[in-house]
Amino acid sequence: MTTSTALTTIGSTRTDVMSVNASEEQYVTFTVGSEEYGVNILSVREIRGWTPESRLPNLPDYVRGVINLRGIIIPIFDLRARFGGGATQVTKRHVVVVIQVGERTRGILVDAISDILAIGHDSIKPPPDVDSGMIDAEYLSGLYTADDRMVTLLNVERLFSVEAGEAADAAAARVPLALEKAH
Amino acid sequence: MEDLSRFKQTYFDESAELLAVAESGLLRLTPGEVDSDEVNAIFRAVHSIKGGGGAFGFTELVAFAHEFETVMDGVRNNSIPVTTELVDTLIRANDVLGQMLAYAREEAAAPPGTTDDTVAALRRHLAGGPAEVTASEPTPTVQPAAYPDDEDDEAGIFGDAMAAIDAARTEAETGIGAPVPEGKLRWTITFRPKPDLLLSGNEPTFMLRALRRLGDATIDCDLRSLPPLPALEAELLYLSWTVTLVADPDVDQEKINDVFEFVADECDIRISVEAPPPAVVAPPAIQASTDPVPVSATPPVPAATPKPPDVARAEPAKPRPNAGNSGGEHAGLTSHTIRVDLDKIDRLVNMVGEMVITQAMIAEHVRDLPPGEFQELLEGLEQLAQHTRELRESVMSIRAQPVSSVFSRMPRLVRECAAATGKEVQLVTSGETTEVDKTVVENLVDPLTHMIRNSIDHGLEGPEERERIGKPRAGTVHLSAQHRSGRIVIEITDDGRGINRPKVLSKAIEKGLVQPGASLSDEEIDNLIFLPGFSTADQVSNLSGRGVGMDVVRRNISSLGGRIGVYSAPGEGSRFVLSLPLTLAVLDGMVISVGEERFVLPLTNIVESLRPKAADLHGLVGKCDVMMARGEYVRLVYLHQLFGIPKAVTDPTRALVVLVETEDGARLGLVVDEVLGQQQVVIKSLEANFRRLDGVAAATILGDGRVALILDVAGLREMSRHYESGYSRPPGPAPAALPAPALEPV
Repeated sequence: MTTSTALTTIGSTRTDVMSVNASEEQYVTFTVGSEEYGVNILSVREIRGWTPESRLPNLPDYVRGVINLRGIIIPIFDLRARFGGGATQVTKRHVVVVIQVGERTRGILVDAISDILAIGHDSIKPPPDVDSGMIDAEYLSGLYTADDRMVTLLNVERLFSVEAGEAADAAAARVPLALEKAH
Repeated sequence: MEDLSRFKQTYFDESAELLAVAESGLLRLTPGEVDSDEVNAIFRAVHSIKGGGGAFGFTELVAFAHEFETVMDGVRNNSIPVTTELVDTLIRANDVLGQMLAYAREEAAAPPGTTDDTVAALRRHLAGGPAEVTASEPTPTVQPAAYPDDEDDEAGIFGDAMAAIDAARTEAETGIGAPVPEGKLRWTITFRPKPDLLLSGNEPTFMLRALRRLGDATIDCDLRSLPPLPALEAELLYLSWTVTLVADPDVDQEKINDVFEFVADECDIRISVEAPPPAVVAPPAIQASTDPVPVSATPPVPAATPKPPDVARAEPAKPRPNAGNSGGEHAGLTSHTIRVDLDKIDRLVNMVGEMVITQAMIAEHVRDLPPGEFQELLEGLEQLAQHTRELRESVMSIRAQPVSSVFSRMPRLVRECAAATGKEVQLVTSGETTEVDKTVVENLVDPLTHMIRNSIDHGLEGPEERERIGKPRAGTVHLSAQHRSGRIVIEITDDGRGINRPKVLSKAIEKGLVQPGASLSDEEIDNLIFLPGFSTADQVSNLSGRGVGMDVVRRNISSLGGRIGVYSAPGEGSRFVLSLPLTLAVLDGMVISVGEERFVLPLTNIVESLRPKAADLHGLVGKCDVMMARGEYVRLVYLHQLFGIPKAVTDPTRALVVLVETEDGARLGLVVDEVLGQQQVVIKSLEANFRRLDGVAAATILGDGRVALILDVAGLREMSRHYESGYSRPPGPAPAALPAPALEPV
């Protein structure tokens, strides 16, 4: 119940958060291999255990396939494969983070859920200048240090939006917060 | 405000229907034989649009509808003769009204001048009409005895009824036929409520009282329908009333109609007016119910009365719609329907789809139970399956609509096409009540429009030519719909010249669609017209013949899961047959497996499945494999190659070949591992959360909850062509690491 209250509060005061920079936002973090990633909790619709997917033909390996999410068909993307780590050998312990952006829903296959962090806007560092051939920089919205771990915050609106057949323009319309601040 | 917008939505929905009613009525309007019911229906439609528009403040729309209504009123009371020009003007006015509605819907102002031409044309017809009402000189007379005003009367209907009988007697004594007093009008109102009027909470006494307030009312009650006491149902109303109302001229028909506003659909009201001086005695106390003309007169011209005309009577020639008439007509049409938001129905359809899947899932699990031990459970499940099936059918039928909404647009089209080509055409429709899913109905408009145009433009001969060859001058286009084995079959038949096969063939050869010297059957030649870029019209007319014709039609139809065929006899005509699924929500499919994946093939595409012998298989110039099947060579398409599926059976002699046919008649042999069985599947969108994929039409959820892709045979054929043109190319991007563990059920 506490969580849902918190969600409502954050949701309703989101504009203030952005303009005042005083408050925090919650992030769901998860691991892929030894790395930890985070997405804004407001876009996470649910987290579910791995269920076998149906493969889609002639697509890159990071498109795992589609699953039946209570009657709707959603695509599942493999974050490890997307970041060049090869396709995940799934086990029952793998989880899918179901993300909703606008009207569209998609699932992201990750190794395990790690934490829920309240992250102050000020403590998000811009991503370093990386070779765009290695990392899809547009997926990243910033870096955060939790204790001595580094959490890579992902831009859910862009994450797999092109692969899921959405117009790239709409996704690109929002500049990542951290980048904006860095200027 | 949200509430208001909801009403607006209803208004626009209703207006669209009313426009269609008006249009079909107008199209039936023939000079010389005016059907007053038709005219009334058109008038009411326009009036309703005007009335609703007024409520929402669409002033421009209302102003225009008013002009339209005025002319319709003239037609209704025979002061404007029905001519072809008039009908054309009215049809145009109906279109303009539609435009005005569209602007209002967009909350945009209509561009200035949108209505000018039409208004001018309407006014010309109005001016051309004969003088409507001749003024009559009022004569002072004695006022007939009126029922004494008794506002405190609480005695109810019977009190009034009894009083009315008294009044009638008084009337008889004083003489109802007395002339109408100077400056007054005498209205005769016959109010015949339906027996169940009281059940809806209406109280005739109030209406009679309200009439009394309008002037001097003489109320007569008709007791003839009153049954003997034992047969009397206390809750039913057996009475009807005739009210003679002598009122000031500022009481107009609208005010009288207002009294009956809430019961207009539940009663029969006839209103007539009489101005001074009546030469003959006024109507008797009880009017015969067979009274032929509901409105017998229009209010007199105000200038003729001694009082100066007031604002309310500035437009005396336009009585309000005849409530009595509409009530009478609606009585037979009352249907118990409700308007439901389509989203709600779609949610229901989805939910039922889920149930079908869940039910299939349970059935799959139960199959493994030891027989005999769970007899009752099994029986219960069997029943559940039955109910689920019925539920699905009922829900699907909610979305079903009669095709008449499409068919009714066609007379107009035929009229225009006939005019443009100078041909005489008669359109015959049948089976308009055949129902099919709303989406199918909506997507039928374009193909049917195109095909009917084609039939008239290319199929039918001109009237002179027809006469010369002994056919009736007017060609006939027959549009029919019927249900046949779970599909809807729509036929468009014309009695024209039929398909000119030599011409079609030479055109096809000229365009490189057919090899010269190829021998084609008649049927094959006829079907050439569906090829892209084919057009036989020597001259491109603005009706059809831009060469984007029948192939687009076929594509539209096949995107609905339908097929189209043509049958033609030279000199006798052509018949186009469309066969469409009744719903787009479920599909009859064959579940097949390739490797560890399962797919669904639409049953409509499947010809047969067979296991080829090695002797039937041949390589074709090292490019692809062909198979001899029933005396024909068929190209083999390996689904595992196209889709990059591992662990599939690659040897056709150990796999199965499903012979499939695309909508354009091309045959392929699809090599799959196994055919698992026939099943009705619920169609799910892949694009809602992902995107379109080559060779995939949609997706579905099978009994075990897993997703299966529904194959698009035409797309597979296209893919296989590309695949073979680059024979050594691997299928698509590098296949992913084999997801072997992922595919084992958890």
